[in-house]
Amino acid sequence: MTAMLSITNLHATVGEKQILNGLTLDVPAGEVHAIMGPNGAGKSTLSYVLTGRPGYTVTEGAATLNGDDLLVLEANERAAKGVFLSFQYPLEIPGVPALTFIRTALNAQRKARGEDEIAAPAFLKKARETAAALKIDFEMLKRALNVGFSGGEKKRMEIFQMAMLEPRFLILDETDSGLDIDALRIVSEGVNAMRSPDRGMLVITHYQRLLDYIKPDRVHVLSAGKIVASGGPELALQLEAEGYDKYVQVAA
Amino acid sequence: MTLATAIKTGDVSQLPSRRDEDWRWTDLRGLLRSLPRQPDHADVSTDGPFAGLCGDLFLVPNGFVEGFTHIESAAGEASVAELRFVAADAASIATTVLVVVRAGASLTLLESYEALADGAVSAITLDIEVAEGGRLERIVLAADGPEGVTVSTATVRLAPGADYAQTVLTSGARRQRIETHIAHPGQGASVRLDGVYLLRDQRHADLTTVVTHGGLDGETSQLTKGVVRDQARGVFQGRIVVEKGADGTEARMGHHALILSDKAEVDAKPELLIFADDVQCAHGNTIGALDEAAIFYARQRGMPEDVARAMLTEAFVGEVVDRIDHAGARDVARAWVSAQLGTGE
Repeated sequence: MTAMLSITNLHATVGEKQILNGLTLDVPAGEVHAIMGPNGAGKSTLSYVLTGRPGYTVTEGAATLNGDDLLVLEANERAAKGVFLSFQYPLEIPGVPALTFIRTALNAQRKARGEDEIAAPAFLKKARETAAALKIDFEMLKRALNVGFSGGEKKRMEIFQMAMLEPRFLILDETDSGLDIDALRIVSEGVNAMRSPDRGMLVITHYQRLLDYIKPDRVHVLSAGKIVASGGPELALQLEAEGYDKYVQVAA
Repeated sequence: MTLATAIKTGDVSQLPSRRDEDWRWTDLRGLLRSLPRQPDHADVSTDGPFAGLCGDLFLVPNGFVEGFTHIESAAGEASVAELRFVAADAASIATTVLVVVRAGASLTLLESYEALADGAVSAITLDIEVAEGGRLERIVLAADGPEGVTVSTATVRLAPGADYAQTVLTSGARRQRIETHIAHPGQGASVRLDGVYLLRDQRHADLTTVVTHGGLDGETSQLTKGVVRDQARGVFQGRIVVEKGADGTEARMGHHALILSDKAEVDAKPELLIFADDVQCAHGNTIGALDEAAIFYARQRGMPEDVARAMLTEAFVGEVVDRIDHAGARDVARAWVSAQLGTGE
């Protein structure tokens, strides 16, 4: 059986700079894989290449989701296929209430998949239940998305969007950055609630701490644009104890 | 030298030209080699954009003020007036309307420029007076045709304690200028002066305002936003004068524009002329493009690029629309923005 997300020999540049250098990685459905690595290893670049951000150019290699070639699709088409990125730095969207933003996105995805739009009462009911589970004040969802929100509130709002959009594959980019312990627990519970046999996750993080809350099936070390080591959850603990030094040398 | 004088005398040399500093971005002399014919009386059977908001109707077809001498809100009363300037022929139209808001009265003036026939040249003059404690909210929806030329000039005199709010919404014309002059006496009087211009093709719109603070403790809040695409051109000239002795004046002016194509143009001239000591005046002026990072964020959530751009553009001008007090007029303004940006339901 092929993996849900399959990345083969991926090379990518940002501007003139080569960032990914032959990255190969498979994430089967139902599994959570963590990617750890030092600053500058290409962790965020990987998330942007997979989601189709303009300015990130694939020069070689392949990436598929359930056998569909992701790299030929527009960013919004990848989203409609079920790829969701929780941003390291979520954007502020002045003038657009969070609920309006998410409903517009959800209906755009449904339209792309040939499904009917979600009815307003059903959408609001789901929004209320999801907000309660994530301890988000419903009134906050009527305000402009992320404008004036704290770092923790923005991350919680990412998880809220994730829960509303029900993607098939989640990429979490440094979701723990800027979170205190309480927020980290709430966010992690939100992510864990999304774990299911038909959903895969890629958790990108610099620190092991997040993986105490979101337990990975596999851990990969990314250095200088490729995976240099893979193992079970114990690899994260080993990295925490020993640092990234020996992998930086391997890659160099 | 004004368009109204040129129409009255039939002499195109009376038109303002680019040599006049205040008209350098809205040249009429170079544009009009001749003026169209005088208008005939016209019957108008269509509804205006503010129909359904229960305003008393004041109709000015082809510049003929019919069935009323002026618009007046009686002391202590609240009313809504629908003032429609309708160009039914491609003629030269010059007209003046007087609006009076008596002491303690409140008037919502829903003003529209409508082109049943394209290519009219119109000079519209409004003379507006708001007495002590009176309140006027003026919403202007300028829906000229692509070949129309319009100059609208409003002169507003406020008494102490008067409250004046204005929002101009325009999609431009071949050449169009909407000009507002306000004599601000301070002493509890307040002014909100807003505008939205949404321009495409080769349209042109010029929002020019002059607010003169002549008394103590006056407040002015001004916010104009524009979106220009194709080869359109937007002009904003905002002048705030604080005269000697007008201490305690608080004035804020903002003008922000999005340019969505290489060939579109925005010319902005914010001016603060301050002759008093103890004042707070500020202006902000930005011209730019949509935030590409925000567009990617929206697309990552599933929105096609055109949907994402339209959503962010609508939100950009929504801030101005939200400042409209009259709920019905605000809804009309929202629908107008959606229609202009092609984001309607």
